[in-house]
Amino acid sequence: MSLYDIIFYLFAAITILSGFIVVTSKNIVYSAFSLLFTFFGVAGIYVLLGADFIAIVQILVYVGGILILLLFGVMLTNKITNVDIRTGTIHVLPGAVAVGVLMGLLLSAMVWTEWKTQPSETPVTTTVTLGRLLITDYILIFELLGILLLIALIGAASIARREQE
Amino acid sequence: MNITEIIVVSLIKIVLVIVMILVAVIFLVYFERRISAWIQYRIGPNRVGWKGILQTTADVMKLLLKEDIVPSASNKTLHTLAPIIALFVAFSTYAVIPFGPDVTIFGYQVKLMVADVNIGVLYVLALTSLGVYGITFAGYSSGSKYSLLGGIRSSAQMISYEVSMGFSVAGVLLLSESLNPQKIVLAQSGWMWNAILQPIGFITFVVSAFAETNRLPFDLPEAEPELVGGYHTEYSSMKFAGFFLAEYANMIIASAMITTLYLGGWQIPYIDKLGLGVTLTTLLQVGAFFLKVIFLLFFFIWVRWSIPRFRYDQLMSLGWKVMFPLSIINIIWVACLIMIFNL
Repeated sequence: MSLYDIIFYLFAAITILSGFIVVTSKNIVYSAFSLLFTFFGVAGIYVLLGADFIAIVQILVYVGGILILLLFGVMLTNKITNVDIRTGTIHVLPGAVAVGVLMGLLLSAMVWTEWKTQPSETPVTTTVTLGRLLITDYILIFELLGILLLIALIGAASIARREQE
Repeated sequence: MNITEIIVVSLIKIVLVIVMILVAVIFLVYFERRISAWIQYRIGPNRVGWKGILQTTADVMKLLLKEDIVPSASNKTLHTLAPIIALFVAFSTYAVIPFGPDVTIFGYQVKLMVADVNIGVLYVLALTSLGVYGITFAGYSSGSKYSLLGGIRSSAQMISYEVSMGFSVAGVLLLSESLNPQKIVLAQSGWMWNAILQPIGFITFVVSAFAETNRLPFDLPEAEPELVGGYHTEYSSMKFAGFFLAEYANMIIASAMITTLYLGGWQIPYIDKLGLGVTLTTLLQVGAFFLKVIFLLFFFIWVRWSIPRFRYDQLMSLGWKVMFPLSIINIIWVACLIMIFNL
């Protein structure tokens, strides 16, 4: 096993273990906290694959933005209005079947696909290429996504305003 | 360089940087107290050591010997973890700050920064956004109303000001065409400092940096008259010292970032025209970097003791209705500059 493999399995283990805690923990704050480590594990794998920009954006957006907002909501509802948020398990059997089928599909896809391999090379920074692709080849999708986010923003604001009146 | 040499050189740099920050914080706390006394026409600490210079050391000894009280209503794991997160974030940000140009020591080409990361600026932004976790967890885990309110205030404040901070940085990136701190410094040669080329972005970045470090006039997470001590109300002994240390370390990182992004980093305009030789020039440039950082630190302290605290709604409307539009105007301004002058 090379150093590369060891680092990969380390980050994979962090991701999977913390992901397991996210779904099994009864306390929602602990869930949110271990989600932090899941995001970190994924970011680590991105770095290992040479995708530096994606890795840092993963941390910037998910850890620095989304997870904080999530914790913010949990803290406000849990401690101030005395609503005890607990996560429980329901519909065990259908859930297990669905997960089993999905995992079987993924595993078979992984085993049966003929993967294209090529010798590893030293990663170079991906920021310039990514930026260029986003405003040339993928400009339509990029701008559509921007509009989608704007719609979500306006929707959230209008819902919040309506309750005030 | 082979891998062992890289590891050894990196370790030396890390130790040097950490020692430098710790020493700087000790003096910064002392100077904060002396300068505040000077501004308020008081005397300030002057008993421990020459002119009271050992006052901080005495305070640290006192905090070390104090009892560590963990409230019974608290969540013990998160309560201990919070100051550790705050410190980790504060210290690891220094990795990408360039202190000077590349130098050659004993035949080795050494970069005067711990890690030359291509996306260094994003790395700093990502880590500062992690800083809010320390405060949020401290507020949540203490099991006290005041701490919780402090934690919530802090997360709302940091998210709001991160937006205008990110947009101000975008202007810098447009001009330097790189996310690498060293390249951003090199792009500001001569008089072309970003503070001069994009004054609006400079102002919005500095204001956002004040908000991100929770310093007055933005210290609502720990507003003493309303929240006792804010998020660190329930902290004592070395855990409190951890938050204290993190706050001052964050002040230094904010000053270093402002210097790197807007004040030309280690550059002295037109120093190469003087023909001083490589060694002297490099020394002067490293000195210039520290001088700029020290001036900004003085500015931080100066503002703290001159301007009163904002009300919470004022803070939010300043962030979203003034700073955010201004930072967008700055991006348009920079884009126009590039279009007109082909910078």
